Amino acid sequence: MTLRPDLAIIAAHVARGSRALDIGCGTGDLMAALRDRAGVDARGLEIDAVKVADAVARGLSVIQGDADVDLAGYPDASFDYAILSQTLQTARAPHVVLDHLLRIGRRAFVSFPNFAHWRVRLSLLWGGRMPVTRLLPEQWYDTPNIHHVTIDDFRAFLRARGIVVERAWFLSGDQEIGGAAANFMAEHAVFLLARNQ
Amino acid sequence: MSLASPSDDQRFGLSRRVSLPGPLRLDGGATLSPVEIAYETYGTLARDASNAILVCHALTGDHHLASPHPRTGKPGWWQRMVGPGKPIDTDRFFVVCANVLGSCMGSSGPASIDPATGRAWGMAFPVITIRDMVRAQGLLLNHLGIDRLAAVVGGSMGGMQALSWAATYPTRVAAAVVIASTARHTAQNIAFHEVGRQAVMADPNWRGGDYHDGEPPTRGLAVARMAAHITYLSEAGLTEKFGRRLQERAAKSFGFDADFQVESYLRYQGLTFTDRFDANSYLYITRAMDYYDLAEEHGGRLANAFAPATRFCLVSFDTDWLYPTAESRAIVQALNAAGAPVSFVELSSPYGHDAFLLESPELDRIVAGFLGA
Repeated sequence: MTLRPDLAIIAAHVARGSRALDIGCGTGDLMAALRDRAGVDARGLEIDAVKVADAVARGLSVIQGDADVDLAGYPDASFDYAILSQTLQTARAPHVVLDHLLRIGRRAFVSFPNFAHWRVRLSLLWGGRMPVTRLLPEQWYDTPNIHHVTIDDFRAFLRARGIVVERAWFLSGDQEIGGAAANFMAEHAVFLLARNQ
Repeated sequence: MSLASPSDDQRFGLSRRVSLPGPLRLDGGATLSPVEIAYETYGTLARDASNAILVCHALTGDHHLASPHPRTGKPGWWQRMVGPGKPIDTDRFFVVCANVLGSCMGSSGPASIDPATGRAWGMAFPVITIRDMVRAQGLLLNHLGIDRLAAVVGGSMGGMQALSWAATYPTRVAAAVVIASTARHTAQNIAFHEVGRQAVMADPNWRGGDYHDGEPPTRGLAVARMAAHITYLSEAGLTEKFGRRLQERAAKSFGFDADFQVESYLRYQGLTFTDRFDANSYLYITRAMDYYDLAEEHGGRLANAFAPATRFCLVSFDTDWLYPTAESRAIVQALNAAGAPVSFVELSSPYGHDAFLLESPELDRIVAGFLGA
């Protein structure tokens, strides 16, 4: 199975034999890859019952739940990694979800579509319309993405909260690009975060 | 460990019954000896006895899990879940289902004979708990040569046993499937059961439980079943099935006959129940369910009940108001806190608590996937 590019980056950087919680795990593609390739003890949280059933049918441990509500029930430091891929922008309270991520996990992977990508900017600037792109395919009224965020927004947010960026990856057309012009050029970003010690 | 196949080993097969010497020490302080257990097995026990699944039945269930009932000819109560190629696959697993302690379907209970008196136990039978049922099943597994279960599976009261199994014998359970169940009986659960018990005990034929030489308290038991049956269904399900439709009449009778279809249905459910169930058993088993509170057994903290050695799968149904999703979520949270691998999903069904016994391709897929992992 081919993983989505941001998931492939995460899968390649989760330490072998560690414990990981995948929040918004979908049908469990990343979890299965982590389990099969790196012997990771992976657990998942997913809001959609049908996707949970798919994941459980693959033998994965997945709980149906809502990141905005159910992360509070997880004990402190119970995982090496908490993973939030393409889900941050759908949370009602992304800042609270991020706090939980770094409470539950020693480290956190966060990936999100960059709302400052040039295609998004062009769409707004020239079209005057909310952008509908490959990574943001829904119309404004039915999108689950209720908290659009740019790479620079996220960097500023992390700085203000004293969250450490251990590493970051930026993707354009599924190719990795440098960080300098990422806010303009990257379609999506992956951050590896750690609690401020 | 036996290497025998079911065909030539009298312990294995349908409609089995064994008298185990015990003694079984009960939570209430009494001991039971011997312990009679009626059970059935399906499939073939692996040489290393590693492929055993115990299926636990609900309040009024029996051990005829996936074979026709020997007396009524009715199909087994979970035939759609258990069998060759089914989600609980008897080509792969050796499946055991035992009638619970306290029941009247062949295992020791108030309707069985007290060896001390030669008469039915009646209310002299010791009060039992869900954990006592589990301990009795533990004795049966010892007898069958099964040290560790590949899985324990149950819905409703069967789910309580599955949870109690994992809590009581963590090293004997590799995986547990808990469907439409709970970790404790709430005040509302107890209240409904108390209505049923009071209906039985208010029937003059009950006679303090000593009715075995005369007429049994069928009217009281029927009312108990009617009240309980309502809790197994959803309002939407009842509306869909009956609405306010009248029973074989064009207009209301302005009397107290069963004018409405739902009345007629409940009366029928109550009446047919009394043909197959013992009133005292109903008292004892509902009592066991009411006493059940897994957290209480473990210092008031549910997470303490569980070890990370067992994998769990919990399923709830969105219209189940007897054991609603919130109860399953509380268990999931405790399992998370205990570090146990756990899966959970709330399935959608119009049928309320009874949904766990009905056709549900999603449930089948989840159970098969979880057991296959």
